[in-house]
Order: sequence, then structure tokens, then C-alpha cells
Amino acid sequence: MTSLLDLHALLLSQFPTAIENTVLAVGELTLTVNASHLNDLCLRLRDDPAFAFHQCVDVCGVDYLTYGQTEWETTGATATGFDRAVEPLSLTANLTTPRFAVVYHLLSLKHNQRLRLKVFLADAECLQIDSLMNVWPSVNWFEREAFDLYGILFVGHPDLRRILTDYGFIGHPFRKDFPLSGHLEVRYDAASSRVVYEPVSIKPRVLVPKVIRNNP
Amino acid sequence: MTTIRNYTLNFGPQHPAAHGVLRLVLELDGEVIQAADPHIGLLHRATEKLAESKPYNQSIGYMDRLDYVSMMCNEHAYVLAIEKLLGIEAPIRAQYIRVLFDEITRILNHLLWLGAHGLDLGAMSMFLYTFRERETLMDCYEAVSGARMHATYYRPGGVHRDLPLQMPQYQESIFCNKAETVKRNLDRQGSLVDFIANFAKTFPSKIDEYETLLTDNRIWKQRTVGIGVVSAERAIALGFTGPMLRGSGVAWDLRKMQPYEVYDRLDFDIPIGTTGDCYDRYLVRMQEMRESVKIINQCVAWLQVNPGPVMLDQHKVTPPSRLHMKADMESLIHHFKLFSEGYCIPAGEAYAAIEHPKGEFGIYLVSDGANKPYRLKIRAAGFAHLAALEEMTKGHMLADAVAILSSQDIVFGEIDR
Repeated sequence: MTSLLDLHALLLSQFPTAIENTVLAVGELTLTVNASHLNDLCLRLRDDPAFAFHQCVDVCGVDYLTYGQTEWETTGATATGFDRAVEPLSLTANLTTPRFAVVYHLLSLKHNQRLRLKVFLADAECLQIDSLMNVWPSVNWFEREAFDLYGILFVGHPDLRRILTDYGFIGHPFRKDFPLSGHLEVRYDAASSRVVYEPVSIKPRVLVPKVIRNNP
Repeated sequence: MTTIRNYTLNFGPQHPAAHGVLRLVLELDGEVIQAADPHIGLLHRATEKLAESKPYNQSIGYMDRLDYVSMMCNEHAYVLAIEKLLGIEAPIRAQYIRVLFDEITRILNHLLWLGAHGLDLGAMSMFLYTFRERETLMDCYEAVSGARMHATYYRPGGVHRDLPLQMPQYQESIFCNKAETVKRNLDRQGSLVDFIANFAKTFPSKIDEYETLLTDNRIWKQRTVGIGVVSAERAIALGFTGPMLRGSGVAWDLRKMQPYEVYDRLDFDIPIGTTGDCYDRYLVRMQEMRESVKIINQCVAWLQVNPGPVMLDQHKVTPPSRLHMKADMESLIHHFKLFSEGYCIPAGEAYAAIEHPKGEFGIYLVSDGANKPYRLKIRAAGFAHLAALEEMTKGHMLADAVAILSSQDIVFGEIDR
């Protein structure tokens, strides 16, 4: 097992253009990769014996829309009490990074090493990224899941269907602007003797407000 | 002129061999499978999204409900991810307790798998035998956490409480007379550790019983040998982990390769298969149960002579004792803040993986510094396995689909999340 620092240096020297940023924290290495170089980079990571990342363990989407926002003022005291101080998260925040990212977790059985790749999707209007089906067949369902939950299109995926949500589901439920209680609820309607879809009757509410404290 | 068309068969979602709520659309040429399209998501509860809306500790209970036959292992990965980001480590005794219960959970899982696998292939009595042993292990769960399945026992910074010194006793009732009650309570006279030690002593002979029934059984072999063969390279490429990968002959186990907790201090072996068929996966799991017994014995021996704390004394993350809470102002404040607001985790991301009975179970946690996860991704082993079902069943007979499916050890709680 070569050390993570060696791997880090090697990656930086081998792929100077593809890698936008690297983070080495809690014993894990994260590479932020340019979307246009993703496929070539991954093929090299798989086939080059110095890396030998033969397994893609996981693929998931991340929505950074409300990253770093809080629902409750914690720096000063409020005179208005607990529940009235709760502010809903703003859904029109101007982010410093693109809103969506796809995160890949790779594993090299040969070198016993893990690597995380993060690819930001620059164009918010057209969420497209190359499918890695040609590199690792294991990404098949993971990419379908990311498409289903976040609406990210994997170009070149042979069978990009919804996977976890209901047949005929509309929307991408894991996006931060999708309410936790959803939009539709179902019940059995005795009058028409079938299951009917109706707008949800639950009002969204915050049980525990999100706070960020810097002195854990 | 007559035309011959392939037959499309809808298998599930309410089929006894579908292991829950799998809907499998099979395309058959006669009885030979041409294509298999699993439809999943019928048990989707959006656990990851729910976790984003609550403080970290409130989601531990949700983890039990992912893979509901290996409850504590799911908790373990979640708790490890939190500990990794917080930069804390559980006390040594808690680590041994976690390993002990991980292995108990592995046996629980493999027993259920063995029972269900036998049931699917026509060996009905297996189910009754394995559930007899599961009962004993469920009692261990109950003794330590109060719940027989959804334990919520592991916490960031340790485990909820120490192992009890007394086992709960059976009571006399109209169904159980006095003599029978005394008999049932015989192995419950000591502490939980003694009870587990006793189980570990008798359990290998039970595995022998199962093997006597199955391993050289002609029908069992006809149903499993050469069925659903996956080569080692293909298993790696398809993202297989755990017994599925080891059945194909790859000696890869996170407990050995990337040891967490105290696995590096324990002596155990990694069984691997040679051909990667259903029979090899069966043999690997049977042997894994024996290895788990070995680990349990070592943990029991250590726990019996090494008392100590089971929870960190760091009250920003772990609750203070009830006694202190009632007498000490600061403890009261800690207690209140911890159970109302929770604790904040420094911004960053971590991936913690454990060797779950089904394979690699990983938790990818993104924190923005808040008291709730910003994004939680659960990497379930069965998800990758089921994705390969089409490749594994193509060209096999319809009845083999059931054998292959159950040899994957599918549980929908973790696949649909």
C-alpha cells in the first residue's frame, strides 16, 4: 500500500490538466475533476498498473443549493423565541460552485487504496456528464439512481430510466428545492374504487432547525 | 404459419422467492431466460433525504431499518463516518463490543440467508433450524439494547450502554410450566457475555447439522453447482463485494485489508471460493459463520477481563450520565443541547465502509458544519449485486433465477433505501 501522499503527487504529475483541485483530509483523497476529461482520466485510473482502480464502489449526486445556509440565528440572542426565529432556507442562493456535482468512489484492490472523484456540472440548464459505463459496468444502476434523484443525464448510458421512484413520478426528489413531504400523496378512494393521487395535505415544518456552530 | 415469440413473465413484487418487494420482468424463450429486468424502489423511503432533515443521532435508528437483517452493522458504518469527521474514537471496550455485535449480526444475517436460500431451493426444514438459533441471538440484542431487531445501540463515541450483568429470565406461564421454565433459564444464569460464550460453544455443532443436511446433498448440489458463475475479474468490474466477491475467488475483506475497530488484533481467516457459482457462495457463507464464532470467542475472552468505559467522556458529542445531569448544571446544559439541537460536525466529507455481512456497506457523509448531514449517501452492497442479476441469469432456466437471486442475499431495505 503506497501512501496517500505518494498517490496524490503521482496523480498531480500525471493529470495536470484534468485535476482542478485536490483535498486530502481525514485520510481520504478527493480530486475535483474537469468534466471534459473524466472519461479519459477514469480509463487511465483503471488500466494504468500504478493506479489499478478496478472497482467503482459508488456513484452519487450532490446538490449544493443550500450548502452552508442555516435556519436559525445562533450568533446573537433573539427576543422572539425559538420557533419564530426559524428562517426557511433560501432557495435562490448564489453559490460559489456549480450547484450539482457527481461523486465517484473508486477502490483499488491491488494497492488497497480508495480515491474520490468529484465532478461539478458547470451548466445548470443542461445537467450532462459522460457515462462511465464503458469503464466500470458497476456504475449502471448508480448512474440511473443519480439521474432519478437529481436529474443528472449520463450521456452514453444505455438504459437511463428511473429506478427508485414510482412509475410515472415527476420531479427529482433529492434536490434541495424538492420538499421533504413531496408533492403528491396517494390514498384508496372507495367511491371510484381505485387509488387516487392528490396534493399533499402535510404542511412542511422544521422540527430541529439547522444551525452551524464553529466551536464543536 | 405460426410464429414463436418470447414469453414475458412478471415475477413479483409479491412472490415468496422475491425476497421482499422485487419485481422482476423476465423474458423467456421456453424456460430459458433471455433477459431479466429487475424493477426496484417499491420499498424506497428516502432514508438519505430524511437524514438531511434531522440531527445526526436521530438517524441511527433509520440505519437499522436499511438492511433489516443486519441491523447493528448498518449503524456501525454510519457511526464510523460521524466519528471520522469529528476525529474521535470510541473507547477500546466499546470497540470490542461493536466487533462482538458485528459478528453476532453476521451470524444472524447468514442464518436468515441460509434459511431463505434453503426454502427457495426446496429445503424447507432449514428455515426452522436457522430460526431456532436466530432466536438466541435476538435475545442478545434484546438484552443489550431492549429491542430485538432495531437496536439503535451504537452511538458516535461508543455504544449506548455496557453489556448487562444479568440475562433476562423466562417467566412461568400457562404455556410453560415450572420445570420447563427452569430448563429454559439454565444458560441465562450468568451475564450476557456468559450467555454469548455459551452460544459460541454450541453453535459450531449446529453449523455441522446444517452442513450435514445440505453440503453433500445431491439435490442441493444439482440446484447450485455451476449456477450463476461469475469470474473474479467480472465480479470486481461489476462492483461485487463481500461473500459475492469472495465466492468468485478474490481474497478481499475489509476487516483484513482496511481494518476498523479492533479487527487487526483478532485472529480469523477469510474463506474464498474457486468457481464463483451459487454453491461456492453457500460454502463461503457457511465458513464465515465459523470464523465469526472464532472472533466472538476472542471478544468474549477480552471483554470478560477488561472492564472500562463504553462511551467517550466528551459531552459535546455523548450525553452525560443521568446522575450527573440531575446534580450538575453544566451536565444539564450539555444534555439539553445534545438532545434538542445535537452536535455540529466540522465541514468536510468522509466515506466510512465496513465489511457488512452482505458486502461493503459504506456511508458517504457531506457536512457543511451543521447539526444535520448535508448529504448522506448509503452505499448498499446488494444494490450492485442485484444490478448484475441480468448478467448472472441470462441463459439459465427460470428456476435458477430463484437460486441466483437468493444466493445474492438480497434484502430490499438496503437496496431501495
